[in-house]
Amino acid sequence: MSGRRIQQGGRVDRSRAIRFTFDGKGYSGFAGDTLASALLANGVQVFGRSFKYHRPRGVIAAGSEEPNALVTVMRDEARCTPNLRATQVELYDGLVARSQNRWPSLDFDVQAVNDLLSPLLPSAFYYKTFMWPRAAWHKLYEPVIRRAAGLGESPTLPDPDRYSQRFAHCDVLVVGAGPAGLAAALTASASGARVMLCDEQPEFGGSLLDEPAATIDGATTADWIRDSMATLRSRANVTLLTRTTAFGYFPHNLIGLNERITEHLPAPAADMPRERLWQVRAARVLIAAGSIERPLVFPGNDRPGVMLASAARTYLHRYGVAVGQNVVLVTGSDAAYAAALDLHAAGVRVALIADVRADATGAPLDLARQAGIEVVTGATVLGTRGRLGVREVTIGVLARGTVNDTRRVKCDALLLSGGYTPSVHLFSQSRGKLEFNEARQAFLPSVSAEPESSAGSCRGIDGYTQVLNDGARVGAASALAAGYSVAAPEYRVQALEFGMHGLPGVLPQASPLQPARAFVDFQNDVTSKDLALAMREGFESVEHIKRYTTTGMATDQGKTSNMNALAFVAGELGRTIPKVGLTTFRMPYTPVTFGIFAGYDRGDLFDPVRTTSMHDWAVQQGAVFEDVGQWKRARYFPRSGEDMHAAVDRECKAVRTGVGMFDASTLGTIEVVGPDAATFLSRLYVNGFSTLAVGRSRYGILLRDDGFIYDDGVIARIAGERFHVTTTTGGAARVFGMMEDYLQTEWPDLRCWLTSTTEQWAVIAVQGPRARDVLAPLVSDVDLSAAALPHLGVTQGRICGVPMRLFRMSFTGELGYEVNVPADYGLAVWEAIHAAGQPHGITPYGTETMHVLRAEKGYIIVGQETDGTVTPDDAGLGWAIAKSKPDFVGKRSLARETMHAPDRKQLVGLLTVDPKVVLEEGAQIVATPGQHAPMKMIGHVTSSYHSAVLGRSIALALLRGGRARIGETLYVPMPGGEIAVQVTATVFYDVEGARLHG
Amino acid sequence: MLLIQCPYCGLRPELEFAYAGQAHVARPADPSATTPDQWTEFLYLRDNTRGIHAERWRHVRGCARFFNALRDTTTDQFLATYRAGESMPVLQQAGQKP
Ligand SMILES: [Zn+2]
Repeated sequence: MSGRRIQQGGRVDRSRAIRFTFDGKGYSGFAGDTLASALLANGVQVFGRSFKYHRPRGVIAAGSEEPNALVTVMRDEARCTPNLRATQVELYDGLVARSQNRWPSLDFDVQAVNDLLSPLLPSAFYYKTFMWPRAAWHKLYEPVIRRAAGLGESPTLPDPDRYSQRFAHCDVLVVGAGPAGLAAALTASASGARVMLCDEQPEFGGSLLDEPAATIDGATTADWIRDSMATLRSRANVTLLTRTTAFGYFPHNLIGLNERITEHLPAPAADMPRERLWQVRAARVLIAAGSIERPLVFPGNDRPGVMLASAARTYLHRYGVAVGQNVVLVTGSDAAYAAALDLHAAGVRVALIADVRADATGAPLDLARQAGIEVVTGATVLGTRGRLGVREVTIGVLARGTVNDTRRVKCDALLLSGGYTPSVHLFSQSRGKLEFNEARQAFLPSVSAEPESSAGSCRGIDGYTQVLNDGARVGAASALAAGYSVAAPEYRVQALEFGMHGLPGVLPQASPLQPARAFVDFQNDVTSKDLALAMREGFESVEHIKRYTTTGMATDQGKTSNMNALAFVAGELGRTIPKVGLTTFRMPYTPVTFGIFAGYDRGDLFDPVRTTSMHDWAVQQGAVFEDVGQWKRARYFPRSGEDMHAAVDRECKAVRTGVGMFDASTLGTIEVVGPDAATFLSRLYVNGFSTLAVGRSRYGILLRDDGFIYDDGVIARIAGERFHVTTTTGGAARVFGMMEDYLQTEWPDLRCWLTSTTEQWAVIAVQGPRARDVLAPLVSDVDLSAAALPHLGVTQGRICGVPMRLFRMSFTGELGYEVNVPADYGLAVWEAIHAAGQPHGITPYGTETMHVLRAEKGYIIVGQETDGTVTPDDAGLGWAIAKSKPDFVGKRSLARETMHAPDRKQLVGLLTVDPKVVLEEGAQIVATPGQHAPMKMIGHVTSSYHSAVLGRSIALALLRGGRARIGETLYVPMPGGEIAVQVTATVFYDVEGARLHG
Repeated sequence: MLLIQCPYCGLRPELEFAYAGQAHVARPADPSATTPDQWTEFLYLRDNTRGIHAERWRHVRGCARFFNALRDTTTDQFLATYRAGESMPVLQQAGQKP
């Protein structure tokens, strides 16, 4: 037992006891407690084990800077959050918390043997030890290290909670609601400016909450905070956010806020989001982030019970908890004397104040001595003792390199103050320039990069009166910069305060070689010896030292350790602190759950799903779907008992022998209109369009200027100045973007307009020898005869009374039509065609059948036969290029020598010698059998199917010098053995192409 | 997230825009007349500027127009935006905002 609840005081509600468990043991605290304050009140000192050496560790701080007391809070199996700072976990009834990094228990940890092995675990130990052999890393080192060095465990179940996201705009965003932030928000909002005020704590007030005895303009701090909050709440132009961390500063004054909404509630309502991401765009940002007390670095400074003096004061005044009953303070700052005097007044025995400053003098020392507290100046700490908590500290007086008056002092808590470090994290994130202030021994905001200002102690202002007045002045200035005018009030504060300056670094020791380690970074277990070793090994840049030793790289980002590390490095290198320089601050200020970034974009909302007009019909028919981009496309329509193979065979046969229908609505459609529409398309596509007659269509190939196939589709001339352009399903958006790019930026003189019409049309392909018979009774104002509407003819008319663009076209090689109707009529027309086709045995088919049918005809699919390195000639499409055109996109590149190299990969057909074997798409091709790896690969399979109509397998492939190899036998090496294949032309069925003219 | 001044719509968040590469790389009027080196340079070679970079953006989720911008690649700050076809504005001094 060391800590205890004192009789009175604090802001906890002593009438409301809260039950909770820690590592399975039941405890009781009060409403308003944090997990840390409640455990301290119950005498708990060990909160966890350290990351590397598994040393027992206690709580050091009282706020978000806490490096040691990381816990896992479990609501249920899925709601299990690791690495929470016990100092920020608000107590609720039934809270279940666990310590981390211990096995089997906090008091006895097997891996604490690491501590004894510590001479073998120097900085960069992982880098040095686990480099070889490689296999051992995966099997041995990594699993062991992960088990040994983890920081808590993530739940394995999906996160059942909801997370919300909001955008907001304001004139002045005030970050931090301590004295400066409150004064700033009060002043700025009085001007009428829209003000947002956020603070990471559950209540506003910041350090004022630790000052019950202070007065502001005669009012107690409690009254002043209450009245200030009432004023702010009464103003409609003010938004107040508690439990809200400004975690990131993004360009152009966009601030990311993480609001925790239900974390503190015992049983959150199911409809409440757990957390919310605010993206606030502020005209002005006012940073009032305060400052953080530094520990001191000396041997054994990590024992449970070693704590910041300011934290001891916070536990006393905010939670009514005395962190010890017999305390020693070690300080390099006047600030600690307030803690000593307050603890003394609360009945805690203050055994000694060891002031490391030889020249320490003045009011704080006088007051302490008057209170009967012994003060030693010029002190240093030689070590501490106590297995699971500090029980004794060895103090000496250092003079001219020798230590005198060494003595051991019993204590159950050891309170440290090295002075305060201004919290410049957000300012630094905004890319503002920091400057080292010699007088304050701190980096302070200097030149802004964004429209922001800092106020209060985060910019080095010391003393409550000055901090409040600075907040008010900067608040008024921020409002003015946002276009509002207000006068700043003057505050007058009376408080027990002695200044925040201190000395960063490692306490001087008589002998440089101490057996016990002095910890600089508690969370990553980095000692002063580790830093010294890194420098001996040649690291001088602070960024390198940071990465080599991992100092400041833990989840706390070195909030309590960075300045100490920096001062130590500077001292060892004999340079000044600004010469060594500060490492970069990065977001997030404190860890943020991934949930708020995902927000609503989970499950069904993760990615939009696009469906066609006929989607529900296909669902009812039991279609199996595949994803093509965001589209759901019917892949095949199995009948009972059919697998994919059987269904696709049946669908293919129906199209080849009767008639099938296919939903082609997902193809991209772009309407190109204007006097120069034909010129525009001729410049883009390899084909000529000026000569295309109205009522005709053409297969178009689109290249990029590098000469490689980018997209393809059918382009129809609906009228003289109106074209109906189709694209691939996946290429629709990028083709439209490419067209707009050329039209807007290369040829802005062309009078031509583009409209994406993909979603306006439902497209029904009716394919097969009986296609005309099916459509004939349904259409009007249309002559379906081969003479009137030949292959690639286009006409407009009606179907079932609905306006229609009718394309005579075929991606199957059969007589075929594509019926384009307004999307709203798609389902009705589809059902009408399906009904009219029943006497003909009409068969709906899906994308798999479409793929097989087109492969039988050697038609390419962009993205399957092409990969961004395939020219029209490679794909066997050289015939499509209009030779007479002076230019089109890609033409110049096609003239490059390499584009005609005879060994380019060319599209060919492959027939396996064994007709039953279906090749794997993507499989490699080699010229000779029996090769050993690495084999000489000369091509790869792009498409491969079983063809029902041919009764055997077919494949397409890209093959080096392929067309010259037709007739050769090549090999496809597979794990099961080599497959012999014969190279063929690309068309497997109806080579003369008579069927599509039927 | 940056704020970007669309020359047609005004100040809008970066979410609405798409980057579109270096600006003022005109497609040769007669590509067939270019030498292989000239064509290669047009196709593949781009500046990698430290400092003020002229680049294309598209307000793809707004007016869908392409426009040009001067951006300082060291600070991410947009110094000017202007319409496609307009000549590059002369900055009064480095670091000046539009
Ligand atoms: Zn715009």
